[in-house]
Amino acid sequence: MPASEQRPQEDPKRLAEFEARIARGESIEPKDWMPERYRKQLVRMMSQHAHSEVVGMLPEGNWITRAPNLRRKMALLAKVQDEAGHGLYIYCGTETLGVDRQELVQQLLDGTAKYSSIFNYPTLTWADMGAIGWLVDGAAIVNQTMLAKASYGPYARAMVRICKEENFHKRQGFEIMTTLASGTPEQKAMAQDALDRWWWPSLMMFGPSDKDSPNSAELLKWRVKQKSNDELRQRFVNLTVAQAKAIGLEIPDPDLQYNEETEDWEFGPIDWDEFWRVVKGDGPCNRERLAARRQAHDEGAWVREAASAYAAKRADERAPSAA
Amino acid sequence: MTSPVTGTPDVLFEYLLRLGDDRLVLGHRLSEWCGHAPILEEDIALANIALDLVGQGTMLLKAAGAAEGSNRSEDALAYFRDAVDYRNALICELPKGDFGVTIVRQFLFSVFSVLLWERLTSSANEQLAGIAAKALKECRYHVRHAGEWVIMLGDGTEESHRRVQAALDDLWRFTGELFLTDDIDRAAAKQGVGVDPSELQEAWRAQVEDVVRRATLSVPADVYMQRGGREGRHTEHLGHMLAEMQIVARSHPGAAW
Amino acid sequence: MANDSRGNGASGDSQWPLWEVFTQPPNGAPHEHAGSVHAVDAEHALQNARDVYARRNEAVSIWVVPSSVITASTPEDMGPFFDPANDKPYRHPQFYKVPRGIRM
Repeated sequence: MPASEQRPQEDPKRLAEFEARIARGESIEPKDWMPERYRKQLVRMMSQHAHSEVVGMLPEGNWITRAPNLRRKMALLAKVQDEAGHGLYIYCGTETLGVDRQELVQQLLDGTAKYSSIFNYPTLTWADMGAIGWLVDGAAIVNQTMLAKASYGPYARAMVRICKEENFHKRQGFEIMTTLASGTPEQKAMAQDALDRWWWPSLMMFGPSDKDSPNSAELLKWRVKQKSNDELRQRFVNLTVAQAKAIGLEIPDPDLQYNEETEDWEFGPIDWDEFWRVVKGDGPCNRERLAARRQAHDEGAWVREAASAYAAKRADERAPSAA
Repeated sequence: MTSPVTGTPDVLFEYLLRLGDDRLVLGHRLSEWCGHAPILEEDIALANIALDLVGQGTMLLKAAGAAEGSNRSEDALAYFRDAVDYRNALICELPKGDFGVTIVRQFLFSVFSVLLWERLTSSANEQLAGIAAKALKECRYHVRHAGEWVIMLGDGTEESHRRVQAALDDLWRFTGELFLTDDIDRAAAKQGVGVDPSELQEAWRAQVEDVVRRATLSVPADVYMQRGGREGRHTEHLGHMLAEMQIVARSHPGAAW
Repeated sequence: MANDSRGNGASGDSQWPLWEVFTQPPNGAPHEHAGSVHAVDAEHALQNARDVYARRNEAVSIWVVPSSVITASTPEDMGPFFDPANDKPYRHPQFYKVPRGIRM
């Protein structure tokens, strides 16, 4: 490990050079010198993102076997498969920073790593599939479009790949909602109910107001993020309110009001108590999500071990005289 | 209604239904793994195979509905038929079990599928020949993937060897049904549309035995082969599977999704 | 890479080796680094790579390489070739002023 990473104080000259590179809009690559703090922030941010993709497979995976027609069944299966792929891209990106995926997965299963708390909410009806694609993927896209210009090369590149795929998810979700909203009275009620339940948690996806977010300042300075949480949240609201109106669904916010001057849809207060409660582990599905991941991991151990054992045997055969 | 032996629409409908139901049911079982596979790479791989199979099933059911001439769409066939009207082979509807069961079942079925599709690329029914050409490419990949895993697990650890041998032993009695021939098969073959599945058995056996050997496993002893799927006499598993699969569609009859 | 563990559970639930994936798009362009996958051998890596990086038929060819055999330059190696020093602005395209309206 290079000496610079062991010193608690970063070399001021290298730090200045690093920050100048950031200011010039240069891409930081895995072998480049970087402050230990930058590396740590990125490992945290990227691994959280990867965990979110993986846990995110569960609420939607819940409905694959009940999708009401074959086209929707295949689309949902493809979407969940994409999410696994996204998790994989980002885990691989995180590994470029010198950490093993296994270590990261262990942190998730231990409960010491975080993931987006939106996935701690239950999916109760088929309409939730529409709401998730439209709102949750919609919010993720607003965030990820910004991250596609992140200063860390592997993260930015993973984001570009992901954004391409996620646009298709959002359109699918919105199409489901549109179909339901113009369907039978039961279907319309189903869609409105899903919107009622997923709206506020989607707004919470952007995180607390930056003044209450301890990591924001550093991430903005190092151009990992380029916009504040509040800015991104407002952008999402503006986009989405128009879409809801277009299909005849009502946003569950009595304080929602259009500001002619700023051209923003101003919204009511977010229940931050709920946000922190869910983040801290008391959301509706926190335990179930972790339990499901632990179960998959534990039940799959014999498979992973077998593959490793098989490979070891073949390696032994190829080099029987090696130590 | 024309007799099953000579009436073309009847024969075609039944024949396509069997092909379609096999793949839809098996694809559905595979889709149950999404989010629960032993490793992320396998969540993706199994979902891929599931998608291919559900896709093939969809095209086949669509063609079946058209052949029937009653305007039943692929969705109507998939979501509004009871278990007794399903025509899949029993092996497809069995629960997914552990990863070993899934991968052995996938291997056994995929070897059969490739042999079948190879022949059906020359079907007199152009639509079926077209479906066969695409499905063949996909299923060759399924054989590679599943076969690789059978070998890795068979020749992996003691535990994996034991589990995969148990899976093979349990599934063996469902393999015979794939090669049974009845009037529908004979009629379809006579019309140049379909293939007599019994003709595929020898090649299937040879390929399966080869992989089983390389996996350091043993081919199970001959046993009475379970059957009934082609006549709608299924295991108890199919009813539960369809109850889950069909619930939303059936709760809103006539609705569009 | 010799491994002194024998089968039968001795290797444990360890991380599968990492492979880098290069895909070639259908338009005649060269192979490009797409990312990485974990797999136990080359055939397995190729299949995983196809599933992860080429399932939408974006590639006509896939290469997988164990990450451990890739030799990479260090950023310092690349300095003289790619990092124009501050006293030589004429290497930058911005140095040349181009009249308005002309597209380069």
